Amino acid sequence: MFRWLRDHGVIERNLILMGVLTLITVSIGGLVQIVPLFAVETTIERVSGVRPYTPLEQAGRDIYVREGCYLCHSQMIRPFRDELERYGHYSLAAESMYDHPFQWGSKRTGPDLARVGGRYSDDWHAAHLRSPRALVPASVMPPYAFLDRPLDYADIQDRLRALRMVGVPYTDEMIANARADLEAQARPDADGSAFQGRYARARQGAFDGDPARITEMDALVAYLQMLGTLVDFRDVTPAQLRQP
Amino acid sequence: MTYVEAPLRAFAAITAFWGVVGFLVGVVIALQLAYPLLNLDLEWTTFGRLRPLHTSAVIFAFGGNALLGTSLFIVQRTCRARLFGGDDAGWFLFWGYQFVIVMAALGYVLGITQGKEYAEPEWYVDLWLTFVWVVYLIVFGGTILRRSEPHIYVANWFYLAFIITIAMLHIGNNVSIPVSFGSSHSYSAPAGVQGAMIQWWYGHNAVGFFLTAGFLGMMYYFIPKQANRPVYSYRLSIVHFWTLIFLYIWAGPHHLHYTALPDWAQVLGMVFSVVLWMPSWGGMINGLMTLSGAWDKLRTNPALRFSVTAVGFYGMSTFEGPVMSIRAVNGLSHYTDWTIGHVHSGAMGWVGFITFGALYYLFPVLWRKKAIWSEKLIAWHFWLATLGIVFYITAMWVSGIMQGLMWRAYDELGFLQYSFVETVEAMHPYYVIRALGGVLYLSGALIMAFNLWKTVTSSEAAEPEAAPASAIAVAAE
Repeated sequence: MFRWLRDHGVIERNLILMGVLTLITVSIGGLVQIVPLFAVETTIERVSGVRPYTPLEQAGRDIYVREGCYLCHSQMIRPFRDELERYGHYSLAAESMYDHPFQWGSKRTGPDLARVGGRYSDDWHAAHLRSPRALVPASVMPPYAFLDRPLDYADIQDRLRALRMVGVPYTDEMIANARADLEAQARPDADGSAFQGRYARARQGAFDGDPARITEMDALVAYLQMLGTLVDFRDVTPAQLRQP
Repeated sequence: MTYVEAPLRAFAAITAFWGVVGFLVGVVIALQLAYPLLNLDLEWTTFGRLRPLHTSAVIFAFGGNALLGTSLFIVQRTCRARLFGGDDAGWFLFWGYQFVIVMAALGYVLGITQGKEYAEPEWYVDLWLTFVWVVYLIVFGGTILRRSEPHIYVANWFYLAFIITIAMLHIGNNVSIPVSFGSSHSYSAPAGVQGAMIQWWYGHNAVGFFLTAGFLGMMYYFIPKQANRPVYSYRLSIVHFWTLIFLYIWAGPHHLHYTALPDWAQVLGMVFSVVLWMPSWGGMINGLMTLSGAWDKLRTNPALRFSVTAVGFYGMSTFEGPVMSIRAVNGLSHYTDWTIGHVHSGAMGWVGFITFGALYYLFPVLWRKKAIWSEKLIAWHFWLATLGIVFYITAMWVSGIMQGLMWRAYDELGFLQYSFVETVEAMHPYYVIRALGGVLYLSGALIMAFNLWKTVTSSEAAEPEAAPASAIAVAAE
């Protein structure tokens, strides 16, 4: 019954053969699971509203990644009754289609943040980030008071350009105006008509409470406040949500 | 012919060093979750920046150096061939790999990260690691090509699969565009759902090939050597090798159950994860049964006790894994500490113990000593570490399952019973117990470091070897 095993001796005597067979064996699973996700269009739900991040939101997202927020907070609501009540509608693939890298997370030491946008005020977020236990005594989150320092956005155009290279549909106009858009969003009294024309449903604000300075806190709070707010679920039909 | 050994001594020593560092950072971040003041109000010491430092120190620094060192040791002995590239190649791999670790670690503390678990190092570290890895493949393969044994020994199959697959995964998961050549930051090429699938194709197989296949290579050399018995079954080796490496790759999507990943991919991931139980236990049986007729050695050889207990933990976590990959179970366990406990029974019990067993074997051989300085201290290490693991994983089982149940609990009026922060509060005692488990495990490792140091400096020298040790016998069919 195990006669074929005798032929295994051929492989055991030939390094190249063993290496090539190994490579083929370990390639199959990945190819089957990954390639269709790029090829099958309906993998991403056909909903409207998802747009690229504004320059300030993207800068905030980069801080979110830098600080490893994903290690304690997920951004992926599962289709369970309790998660619907606690966090909102389950997360769609479309909602992270411009996320480089994705930040779905794998652990909830803190709550899910996929739809945290708009649930608390800007002031609450800034105060909570500065000193989590001042607002939530039992929290185990580290304090992020150091984010009250000026945001370095000298390379914001390079960032948008790099993101365009990996597939985010930033237009030439968006890249050319990246600095101006970033500043306009962080200053509530600036003229934001051009900025808002480029980024639908983006909100201007003094996110850290101080309109005079543009800080890392501004960027991070701007990002948190838009999470999960782009898709208007009142307009979504079940057919649009169907995946393969 | 003489074997290349000087760089291997460096690999063995640095494995113990990084082990202690990795466990220490683990204890620190475990305590941070119990006592958040320990984040120290400094940006460099927050949990978010130290957690990758812990995982990378343990997986890539402790585990990686153990894999490189043992593979280069084993490939020479089982092929009866001098290392391809000689001492220079060995030293290049040693320093090249340490450079990866130090660059990555500095980056984490400074906030330079790709933001993907176990793949945090940024593009410039990834490029350098790719180069070191190709050299590693050439040195390892080159040594096999020089062999004076007709067959390639089974330990080397596993190491070869580990080297090839890690190269594939590392390159596949790190395709990214730097912001500019002067910038340390980059954006990953895939986004969202595709990014998630590729990340967990990588992430789960970092477990499958870095932490499993490579360490099975270690098992297939050190257990037969220490027990002085041939491998239990040659047939089983063949069957479990090919099925293990074929099936593991499919298991990634079980990290993405109930997410926006399409259901077909989730179901594939679940089915293959459950099937994976079989080849995993094939490896366990082959390792454990190698002791048949030599079980008494467990009483007399404390280093072997580590290696064998490691295989026991391997069997346990490769049973728990398939259970957790079932969607209904995962719905409860995902996002909770249960996953953390599962990972640690594998990392501390399997990876840690098989490595400790290997180090206790290697130090006397590499430094030409009769034996480890103190067998008694090995026993202390063993019991402290075992107790530490028991504390750790039981605390995480309780906290994980409790957390999962609290999140979905409803009161009699149909409202969610607990706010999120109430579930955080409930975790506190278990986080303290977990940290205590970590302290025990770390104390064991410190005892080991001391014992190994004394072995090098104070143990009695061994009689000079007459001839190079012959290759280990493959079980006769």
